[in-house]
Amino acid sequence: MAFFLETLLGGLMAGMLYSLVALGFVLIYKASGVFNFAQGAMVLFAALAMARFSEWIPALGITDFYVVNLLAFIAAGAVMFVVAWIIERLVLRQLVNQEGTTLLMATLGITYFMEGLGQTLFGSSIYKIDIGMPKDPVMILESAFEGGILINKEDFYAAIIAAALVGLLSMFFQKTATGRALRAVADDHQAAQSIGIPLNRIWVIVWCVAGVVALVAGMIWGSKLGVQFSLTTVALRALPVVILGGLTSVPGAIVGGLIIGVGEKLSEVYLGPYVGGGIEIWFAYVLALGFLLIRPQGLFGEKIIDRV
Amino acid sequence: MFYRENGQFKTTYREDQQIFPIAQDRIAMVVLLAVGFLLVPMLSSEYMFRAIFIPFLIFALAAVGVNILVGYCGQISLGSGAFMAVGAYAAYNFFVRIDGIPLLVALVLGGLCAMVFGILFGLPSLRVKGLYLAVATLAAQFFADWMFLRVQWFTNYSPSGSVSVNNLQVFGLSLESPLAKYLFCLSVLVVVALLAKNLVRGAVGREWMAIRDMDVAAAVIGIRPMFAKLSAFAVSSFVVGMAGALWAFIYLGAWEPAAFSVDQSFKLLFMVIIGGMGSIVGSFFGAAFIVVLPIFLNQFLPFITGIFGVEISTAGVSHAELMIFGGLIVWFLIVEPHGLAKLWSIAKQKLRLWPFPH
Repeated sequence: MAFFLETLLGGLMAGMLYSLVALGFVLIYKASGVFNFAQGAMVLFAALAMARFSEWIPALGITDFYVVNLLAFIAAGAVMFVVAWIIERLVLRQLVNQEGTTLLMATLGITYFMEGLGQTLFGSSIYKIDIGMPKDPVMILESAFEGGILINKEDFYAAIIAAALVGLLSMFFQKTATGRALRAVADDHQAAQSIGIPLNRIWVIVWCVAGVVALVAGMIWGSKLGVQFSLTTVALRALPVVILGGLTSVPGAIVGGLIIGVGEKLSEVYLGPYVGGGIEIWFAYVLALGFLLIRPQGLFGEKIIDRV
Repeated sequence: MFYRENGQFKTTYREDQQIFPIAQDRIAMVVLLAVGFLLVPMLSSEYMFRAIFIPFLIFALAAVGVNILVGYCGQISLGSGAFMAVGAYAAYNFFVRIDGIPLLVALVLGGLCAMVFGILFGLPSLRVKGLYLAVATLAAQFFADWMFLRVQWFTNYSPSGSVSVNNLQVFGLSLESPLAKYLFCLSVLVVVALLAKNLVRGAVGREWMAIRDMDVAAAVIGIRPMFAKLSAFAVSSFVVGMAGALWAFIYLGAWEPAAFSVDQSFKLLFMVIIGGMGSIVGSFFGAAFIVVLPIFLNQFLPFITGIFGVEISTAGVSHAELMIFGGLIVWFLIVEPHGLAKLWSIAKQKLRLWPFPH
């Protein structure tokens, strides 16, 4: 029982991290109808920027650990803002009214471009991000179970950061004028435009927000795994989360992330030994597929209505 | 002036419905085949065969397969790499486990296995559409990656996980020299491309296109969505599986599962999009573009930066390659979202009117 709970908790916390990446997909898809394959490249790019800035900033004479990290975060955020602006200007604006597949392909092109650019600008070795997260595991609930439950503190803090970010984002979407405009665009482009919401600016904003989400995701994943090229595969891990939750739903990204996280961990532990291990990647996809067969638009997605 | 069909009168339906109704097109096709079978073998070096022509032919074959599914039937698939892998490994298993099986039979059997796999992973397409389907097909990709890495039976219990074939023969002729390999791939490609062209302009092809354009409307006028979608998956994965087997047997010789990773799937999709969705000739353009571009960049980037007096490292070249590749794809999509095939048909249209624009 303790072991089951331990796996379950580990899965939930890993799931929180998946939803963080998935959130980036959902934000952009909602606002601009673009399925952004470049999210993984954005995570890598942001993490690389953050890692290198936190190396470079101490050279300017600032040595305080937290100030350096904060400055690096802000600088990397600024970089992501520039990236969002350039993408909107040079790619999205040119491809208005194109089909979904064309836009998807364009984001694949952006993926290659950003992978190349990121490594040209910031170097291609393995860097580390240290934001002072404790790495030692702790035992909890020792009174309830024999031996207690082992929890990785780093995962725990990461899950809290992710939850906080999700809370902040929903506040932003619900309470601010910009957030309302974003939701209006997501509902109906033309209607939003007709009441005077500037589409182009909205797109820049939403790609910026996705950039910041990518930065936070990159920071957490980077401090867990090190900043390296394989960080881009995080996006492929998050894709089943997105389709399970529904492409257009923020709560879907979170619930989907938790389901996938738990499913992956439980399957790896209980099913993996029978079939030779390493099944977590495709199991997530098959799990998502199973949900899709029952609800083709994902758990929380908008119902797809076909008209002839 | 030369490309004009004035005076070519068609007196039977047969003449009107042939693949190339215009005489100049037929002549061009014959010339192209002659160049492919005679001129290229006479003029090319071994390096050209190995680096450009053989990969181009095999990728063109795969792109034709993907185009049937994505371009004609409108089902976006990111699992093409998996179909290639299944084709390759199935053909390998037939080849090593059955003594004296002819290479061609092994290739076709490999294609058939890929077909079964494709139909299986095409089943979700009956419920799931568009981008959801694209992600769902990734399941096939990751499942195949895992299967060929972990299930030892498929790799004939080879300790390193990599497998190889040698002593390839077709009808008693050895397939060791690059020239023989080239001619073999070309023959397979010509046959399959002809079959594919005839399929897409026949009744099945029209059903696929109806499903692509609007599946609900197609179902209303009596097209069976299940048959149309699954047959597209079947034909497509058969062709892609054959291409995968060729890629492994002829081009690689020895390979491991990483040869058919998700990158391969993306590449194939690029070929179809850049070449032109829903066009057989577009698949050839796309394959040529994707095969030649990296080689071109690899050769010329150091040269170009050398002119400006900048030394560029190997890693720098590969990063610049990524950037230029990505940038070009975006640029292409902006300039001509319908692909190179569209440019080709515009050029043909212009030629028909030339030199008078009206």
